[in-house]
Amino acid sequence: MTSTVVMDKAAPTRAVKYGSMSRDRTWALRWSYFFLTLFAIFSLVPPIYMLITSLKSSAEISAATNPWWVFHPTLEYYFGLLTSNQFLTFFRNSALVSILVVAITMLISVPAAFAMARMRFWGSATLATGVFLTYLIPDSLLFLPLFKMFAVFSDLTGIQLINRWYVLVIVYPTLTVPFCTWIMIGYFASIPKELDEAAIIDGASWFQTLTRIFIPVALPGLIAATIFAFTVSWAQFLYPLVFTTSTDQLVLPVGIVTTLIKGDVYNWGQIMTGALLGAAPPLIIYAFLMDYYIAGLTAGATKG
Amino acid sequence: MADVTLRKVIKRYEEVEAVRGIDLDIADHEFVVLVGPSGCGKSTTLRMIAGLEDITDGDIMIGGDVVNDVPPKDRDIAMVFQNYALYPHMTVAENMSFGLRLKHYPKAEITTRVTEAARMLDITDLIDRKPKQLSGGQRQRVAMGRAIVRNPKVFLFDEPLSNLDAKLRVQMRIEIKKVHQKVRTTTVYVTHDQVEAMTLADRVVVMNKGRIEQIGTPNDLYHNPATRFVAGFIGSPAMNFIPCRLEDVGGRLHVRITDRITLPLPAGRAARYQSIGRDDKLELGLRPEHIAEAKAHPEPGYEPFDAVLDVTEPMGMETLIYFTLEGAQVCGRVNPNAGARAGGPLRLAVDLNNMHLLNEVTGAVI
Repeated sequence: MTSTVVMDKAAPTRAVKYGSMSRDRTWALRWSYFFLTLFAIFSLVPPIYMLITSLKSSAEISAATNPWWVFHPTLEYYFGLLTSNQFLTFFRNSALVSILVVAITMLISVPAAFAMARMRFWGSATLATGVFLTYLIPDSLLFLPLFKMFAVFSDLTGIQLINRWYVLVIVYPTLTVPFCTWIMIGYFASIPKELDEAAIIDGASWFQTLTRIFIPVALPGLIAATIFAFTVSWAQFLYPLVFTTSTDQLVLPVGIVTTLIKGDVYNWGQIMTGALLGAAPPLIIYAFLMDYYIAGLTAGATKG
Repeated sequence: MADVTLRKVIKRYEEVEAVRGIDLDIADHEFVVLVGPSGCGKSTTLRMIAGLEDITDGDIMIGGDVVNDVPPKDRDIAMVFQNYALYPHMTVAENMSFGLRLKHYPKAEITTRVTEAARMLDITDLIDRKPKQLSGGQRQRVAMGRAIVRNPKVFLFDEPLSNLDAKLRVQMRIEIKKVHQKVRTTTVYVTHDQVEAMTLADRVVVMNKGRIEQIGTPNDLYHNPATRFVAGFIGSPAMNFIPCRLEDVGGRLHVRITDRITLPLPAGRAARYQSIGRDDKLELGLRPEHIAEAKAHPEPGYEPFDAVLDVTEPMGMETLIYFTLEGAQVCGRVNPNAGARAGGPLRLAVDLNNMHLLNEVTGAVI
């Protein structure tokens, strides 16, 4: 007895939908445009509202007119803020803190990432995970212990750090260094192993391999990390609110809120103008660095 | 330039022993190819010579000095990688001169050397391009140029042609040979391709499972393989292995393949195999070119037999034929006009003057 396979030729077959691929694609595109537009509106409305408000006189802001239109545009808040010493001090503090934090972050996280990505030493993988876990601890959990530490430090050494703008230069890297190290580990790990082996055989030291091969090749990652570190330090609110109180030590976000809100009086025009001016530097830096942010810089190193 | 010596070199990764005691002497100016299947330890051996891997045990000497603990940059070697490993942000000239610039060579000297190497490799026009603007073959030339300008004691090649297509590979093979004939630098070359090994090497080192199977000139390995592994690895199509026994028929030593096919050995071979036990399990090793269509007037040592072909592969200048003997697939090469067709019979002759006899148990060639 042999087994036979019965072919049921009358079995129903599924209708083949020709061109269904492109139809699916069209719909996918429509949906993505729909949601992207929605998202763009959602994120652009607040800044546009800020811009509109910043151009109105305080009389017009409080008047019951169309809030989305400026009838009598004025630049008085812009002139006011840009000639106010207080506002320029905030600006200077913010700039100094951010630039120093970016510099410190890069000086620590790039060599650290290189070591963890390439130098196989005991516990390097665990250390890399540990670095990332550090980043997961929220700043709202850290500010009290940090404050206490600075207070004790001040008692012991007499060096006053609290209520000085440069305390932020010490505090912010606790947020930026772990994340930037993590980003750079990823970028360095994506560089083919043969590239540093070739450099080593060519006679490069570890340091030369880092500075002459890894940093140029991982430039997109470096820029991403720089942008992140700058944004975090520029926009940080909780730490400066806690650690600085005198008006000459404040940074922009805290400065605007604490000096332009007097009791229950909100100077909306000035607040909006200050916030817009404060948002300008990161925007300029994005625009400038994005030109260098070219993906696929490693193309051509190896067989692609 | 210098000679390279390996003494009982062992490489162990935790549990696995990748290289199990290698002894190798490479003379000055020599071109030695390490060949073997993947995982045989050939690349690990090369990387140990380069200093990219530590040596678990044994000694490696370059130019008479033990370099076990010398870092790669002080070994005065240059290496060409399978995936080229060019620095993507540097131009061709910068790639080639990187090593010299690190060692602070004078600018004029660097320029001279780069120009010279670029001319030798025919990449003078590409000198200002970035690697991503180059084709695979051009990238490989640049990688070689980077090695040449350093003028090292030893060149190390780690499967440099594996990423190229077949045609380019043949071309670059010739290129590498030309370069070696010009610069005469001691070269260690790793490949899994036995054709590359045969065509390039002064001497071939066949490796298997972390050990050296045989060292010899290409012709030596081809005609006098020491083991079944070497016999089967070198040559394409590969050598046929047919189960057989020895038998005395009418006072003459015969090799018995099947009940139907028992072939008398030529006098020279018979003397050599006389002492083998008649019941030993043996294998007859025959290269495809020694199985051809039977001629009307065969030379001595050519023994005819009949076969039914399974498959034929016309190659133009010859036709490869496949048939089965004692469960083993056998390949032969016949004249395209011999009338070979799949499913059809063909009278063939084996050239027993070029036969090999292998011990089926130990794999040794007798």
